[in-house]
Amino acid sequence: MIEQVISSGRHNEYIDPVLHVWHWHIPLYLFLGGIAAGILFYSALLFLRGREEKYPVSVYWMPLAAPVIIGVGLLALLLDLSHKLYFWQLYTNIRWESPMSWGAWTLMLITPLSLAWIASFYRELLPGNITVWPWLATVLDELRKWRKAMAWAQMTLAVILGMYTGILLSAFNARPFWNTSILGPLFLVSGLSAAAALTAYFSKSETERHFFTQVDLGLLVIELVLIIHLVMGFLSGSQAHIDAVNMILGGSGYTITFWGGIVLIGLVLPIILEAMHLSKRHIPVIIPTLMVITGNILLRFLFVELGQISRYVY
Amino acid sequence: MRYGMAIDTIRCVGCSDCVVACQTENSVPIGYARDWIVELTTGKYPNLQMEIRSERCNHCSNAPCVRTCPTTASHYGTGGIVLVDHDECIGCKACIASCPYDARFVHPEGYVDKCTFCLHRVEKGQEPACVAVCPTHAMHFGDLDNPNSEISKLIARRKWKTLAPEVGTEPNIYYLL
Repeated sequence: MIEQVISSGRHNEYIDPVLHVWHWHIPLYLFLGGIAAGILFYSALLFLRGREEKYPVSVYWMPLAAPVIIGVGLLALLLDLSHKLYFWQLYTNIRWESPMSWGAWTLMLITPLSLAWIASFYRELLPGNITVWPWLATVLDELRKWRKAMAWAQMTLAVILGMYTGILLSAFNARPFWNTSILGPLFLVSGLSAAAALTAYFSKSETERHFFTQVDLGLLVIELVLIIHLVMGFLSGSQAHIDAVNMILGGSGYTITFWGGIVLIGLVLPIILEAMHLSKRHIPVIIPTLMVITGNILLRFLFVELGQISRYVY
Repeated sequence: MRYGMAIDTIRCVGCSDCVVACQTENSVPIGYARDWIVELTTGKYPNLQMEIRSERCNHCSNAPCVRTCPTTASHYGTGGIVLVDHDECIGCKACIASCPYDARFVHPEGYVDKCTFCLHRVEKGQEPACVAVCPTHAMHFGDLDNPNSEISKLIARRKWKTLAPEVGTEPNIYYLL
């Protein structure tokens, strides 16, 4: 028997009895950041591949949502800070060792870039002669010439944005459930999958819908494989990692959320439905899309929660 | 110079004097604690063993809180003491999540707070408040880099352990066994 008590009494808020410093703000931001990253990634990639006429929803309609999504995410992040008025200190330092610092700088760059990206598509987004201010049209047409460079930058930053959230959590070696390098790729793939599912839902042409359903199907399979690797990696790790993964392998209430919510509703069922859709059976796109989004949200919320609960016992 | 502590688990009786002294010395807000007493019971009745430890920030040499801080608010100060600059802290709580010892908390004023090894006393040549009040002389503070310091000699002579060294933090608090 091993029993450990803090006999002097310690009731530090959000630390005792179990660490719970991050509430809904952080997982919500992780989810929104992943989707925005996915949207901006596809937009830039398909533009560089010259597919703007074939996939217009992805290349210039979906990016309209990206700055709004990032904005809501940033608001959540700001609300989470306990020393809010000092948030600008993020931008007086560049800390290579801190993924949160890269994230702050990435957001600083990708948010204005995404706005410029949208503006450069004003001719496609607003058909007809809308040049109320001729000088504005001149500026925007000048911007259009830089679209290739912008697309490369946006694609790179989108990958960093989609991935750093996972790396941020995996960098906490004190929390065994987060301390796995699979988390970066897992969050990236999951964000890309949510963005693909949303694009498939909003696309107007069958060609674009078909393409994004294919992309999403592939990503969901990769995500499932990454989750299997995650569990295997934990099980062959230290006792702290085994204890951490046991929270989702049986025994606790988190098991049903993980296997039922994230794996079954978020991955397995959409994989089946999307495969059926691709083999010409009629499946309303909204159903797999909602399932993927639900799985995405649950993934972020559950991981943020479980990481905080898991710990080393000494 | 590398400041550290050696805490004798055999001498410690768990009286919590160190906890009270810290709260008084550092005006720790009511309901919070920068140090605390852990009582660890192992074995099966009637063959039980108890270890009593006074715990606090380990002022790690490879501190994850310093590494994950996005603003350099968490930093190494004099003698490797891990400190938080209140005016640089944004309250993101990454350092709290990164600490395997749960040694940090959000101060009601918003910034993150923790043990400072009573740097303000150490600079005047005094011992940290917890060490100074310990009625059983279970706690020792000093320079781990100086082989002639009392603490270095104790660590050389006695058996010791550090807490959760497998996390890779290189803690500077040694528990004498």
